[in-house]
Amino acid sequence: MSNTSNVVVQERAVVVPGEILAEGMDFLPGDNTYRVGDKIHAKILGLVSVAGRVLKITPLAGPYLPKIEDKIIGKVTDITMSGWRVDTATAYSAMLNVKDATTRFIKKEEDLSKIFAIGDYLVVKIINVTSQNLIDLTLREPGLRKISEGRIIKVNAQKVPRIIGRKASMITLLREKTGCEITVGQNGLVWLNGTPEGEFLAEKAIKLIEEKSHLEGLTERVEQFLGGQKLPERKTEKAAPEEA
Amino acid sequence: MTYKSRLDGRKDNDLRPMEAKVGVIPNAEGSAWFKIGNTWAIAAVYGPREIFPRFLANPQKGVLRCYYTMMPFSGSGERIRPGTSRRAQEIAMVMKESLAPLVDLSAFPNSVVDVFVELPQTDAGTRCAAISAAAMALAHAGIPMKDMVSAVAVGRVDDRLVADLDYREEHIGEFNPDSHDAPVADTPIAMLHASKQLTLLQMDGELSKEMLLKLLKLGEEATEKVYQVQVNALKENYSSE
Repeated sequence: MSNTSNVVVQERAVVVPGEILAEGMDFLPGDNTYRVGDKIHAKILGLVSVAGRVLKITPLAGPYLPKIEDKIIGKVTDITMSGWRVDTATAYSAMLNVKDATTRFIKKEEDLSKIFAIGDYLVVKIINVTSQNLIDLTLREPGLRKISEGRIIKVNAQKVPRIIGRKASMITLLREKTGCEITVGQNGLVWLNGTPEGEFLAEKAIKLIEEKSHLEGLTERVEQFLGGQKLPERKTEKAAPEEA
Repeated sequence: MTYKSRLDGRKDNDLRPMEAKVGVIPNAEGSAWFKIGNTWAIAAVYGPREIFPRFLANPQKGVLRCYYTMMPFSGSGERIRPGTSRRAQEIAMVMKESLAPLVDLSAFPNSVVDVFVELPQTDAGTRCAAISAAAMALAHAGIPMKDMVSAVAVGRVDDRLVADLDYREEHIGEFNPDSHDAPVADTPIAMLHASKQLTLLQMDGELSKEMLLKLLKLGEEATEKVYQVQVNALKENYSSE
């Protein structure tokens, strides 16, 4: 039997759902694949990768599935007795409890809308997800906060790893060239904060990454797009009066 | 009188010229259009997203919801009233039944995936074009699916068994005086590619058992041609440059 086992698609080939990836029992079905008889089929549109005996597929598109420890960007949609309801740009809204929102003590009768109002955007971390995708959030970690300036754009959640890049190479490049502060939520919302020109350029670069993410040499392509220019960082509001 | 040769000169197992493209509705999570002859279906997929009304939610897995609409100017020119009709609702149901077995929404409890299909132009075979376009749009949206589904109509015009009937063949008596009372049967089928299972099999007209079995063979060959067009369009979208 082992003589007949073989992979029938190439590494990094685009496959469609149902397509046969391998024949024979020597290979194992990994993420987004399944086995019927002695054949392994694709379960999603994506790129094939072979790691030893395991075949898996990296999706080219698709919904975000909430995971513990993920940093995401959400929008406050409602205020309850004990916290805030946050829209996560998925099919599931999340809860941010008062005790996870600040380190400060909040009195029972305090007006929660004074802390976060409906419509506020937050950079938060997921601390719990149930089987029904009910989500709990926290703000009590470094880097997590309320967003009060800049712009939010939405990208496909599957492209987030490409926007960050290997060892954050891509996002470092974007930050340097555009002078923007960039925060990427795993749910596909990206917060850009810089000069209007910088934000505009960063948005276009991120759209380019989203479009070309399946191709090789992405960093070079983006570098070429951003060119030799280097936009200045925006002066923060605090720094401005000192200069004047 | 018999139906000697097909009105548009095709061979019995020939389909009308097909064309397909994905990513045609940028706002949608996934989208595609599928053209076969003069029939043109555009599909857009949204979701998984929160389901309304809430009582439709299923805590075990996500719900698939389909909408089918012919545009007001799409048919013969007789204005088609916008919005749903009994026929549109039935076709939407049939679409859902033929797509539901292949999509796996178990990771998305209490949510919904909406599939909208609009037809700017129609010339018979709309439910099949709608299903073929919807399958492409679902794949493009990154929804987990165990297979691709391809749909096409086969049928009988007089004594001939033919693939992909157009409007004139479905109403052969009006268009070919030779066969004014010839029997016609239209059999739309949808078949999964890998497992060769049928997810749609309807029959409008009269067929003998032998004819039906032959038509299923013909349909298997025909859906394979549709599949090739679908796959090429999906892969082309991601080709380098």
